[in-house]
Amino acid sequence: MLNVSVSNKSSNPAQSGGENQRSVKLAIRNLNFYYGKFHAIKDINVEIREKTVTAFIGPSGCGKSTLLRVVNRIYDMYPGQRAEGEVIFDGENILAPRSFPKLRAKVGMVFQKPTPFPMSIYENISFGIRLYEKLNRSEMDDRVRHALIGAGLWDEVNQKLNQSSLRLSGGQQQRLCIARALAINPEILLLDEPCSALDPISTAKIEELMYQLRGTCTLIVVTHNMQQAARASEFTAFMLDGKLIEICETTQMFTKPSDRRTEDYITGRFG
Amino acid sequence: MAETRIHFHEALGTLKGLLIEMGGKAEALIDLAVYGYLARDIAVCSKVLTIEKEINLAERRIDELALELLASQQPMAGDLRLITACMKINSDLERVGDQAANIARRGLAETHLAHVELPVDIPRIAAAAAGMIRRALNAFIEKDADLAFAVLKMDDVVDRMDDDAWKSLVRKMHEAPDVLDQALDALIVVRNLERVADHATNIAEGVILWIRGTDVRHGIAHLMPSQE
Repeated sequence: MLNVSVSNKSSNPAQSGGENQRSVKLAIRNLNFYYGKFHAIKDINVEIREKTVTAFIGPSGCGKSTLLRVVNRIYDMYPGQRAEGEVIFDGENILAPRSFPKLRAKVGMVFQKPTPFPMSIYENISFGIRLYEKLNRSEMDDRVRHALIGAGLWDEVNQKLNQSSLRLSGGQQQRLCIARALAINPEILLLDEPCSALDPISTAKIEELMYQLRGTCTLIVVTHNMQQAARASEFTAFMLDGKLIEICETTQMFTKPSDRRTEDYITGRFG
Repeated sequence: MAETRIHFHEALGTLKGLLIEMGGKAEALIDLAVYGYLARDIAVCSKVLTIEKEINLAERRIDELALELLASQQPMAGDLRLITACMKINSDLERVGDQAANIARRGLAETHLAHVELPVDIPRIAAAAAGMIRRALNAFIEKDADLAFAVLKMDDVVDRMDDDAWKSLVRKMHEAPDVLDQALDALIVVRNLERVADHATNIAEGVILWIRGTDVRHGIAHLMPSQE
């Protein structure tokens, strides 16, 4: 059975077996993306099913981070960048003009470098919630607590919620950013190289968190670390030169990929 | 784009080289052991036991390198399958060495016994078993899955030789109890050779796993096409 499906006019990537009970959360169809005249994403088609972890791997400049930027329309903030095609999220094309805050509430994003706001731990979490909801103090306390528990940070910070977030370690700051994203109950969480600046222990905590979150949220993670993709994701996609070459179950990807280019990349025969 | 893991892939080449060298020794050791057994040549049989110890050392060296590469390089896809296959093949080659040593020990045990004619063509069985090892290793060297599939089919031939030899030798033991010791040794040698063929089969299965990414153990190969 198929859990993730993909097609790309310029390639014939294999589809793999897997669970197929979950519905499609995100359907990317004929997606092209341009930085000015540079064609960064070339006719990508892929479906991602809900409550799974899908990793995107590929060499630098292959378009994987750009793909994340399209899914929450961050690119819209920059002139000269444009997307063509469709990104269907719960039946609606998010590339069509629409209310961005509503989209951002459903699609959270965590970046490579931890980006805590220069405010207290508590306020880092409550800030985003206030953009979308009006809660009383007790309700807000509860949401903050749940977000920090969800990000695996509660036990480490519950005695110092009013302390500046900038005093946390890098790994704690990154989990705070994940908590901040989780606080608004996103349906999709995008993680762009979330562990590249972290030590192995912090990395392990975030990978464990990703594992736990997949039951409640759809995660898409971009990573250069193939071992991380192998450890933390259920499905892995390989991109090259703006094209989606192959997407399949992670186990298959790292033991028996279908496409020669995938094999060459993950075995280091080019890079 | 350029090769990015030159050191790792050189180390994989070293691993393959060590395995091929060990395989060559194991295959030659079968011939040597059977010669020593049939000729009751103490020097040759003793030499087999010495070489078998070298094979044991080679097994450890190959396993150490394979483990080191797994731990330090986190291989994936074809590289992961190659290392996995090397570890399996390594184990089987070491067991081939054990079988050769067992045959040589029979030769040493028979030095005080009279030569007798027995209804079994041990050189023929040995040639078939060693031939399977040689072809399985060639499949590994040439990365030839079809040749590996052909080795799997050869196992049935050696199994039939083993069955026939077993029946003939048991009959001989009933008919001529005075050659019981020699016939019993011959039975053991035939069984050792049959196991060599089994190890060749395992090696071929490892080669197929590496090349095709398909696990064909336990008779599944018979259900699969051998064509790429």
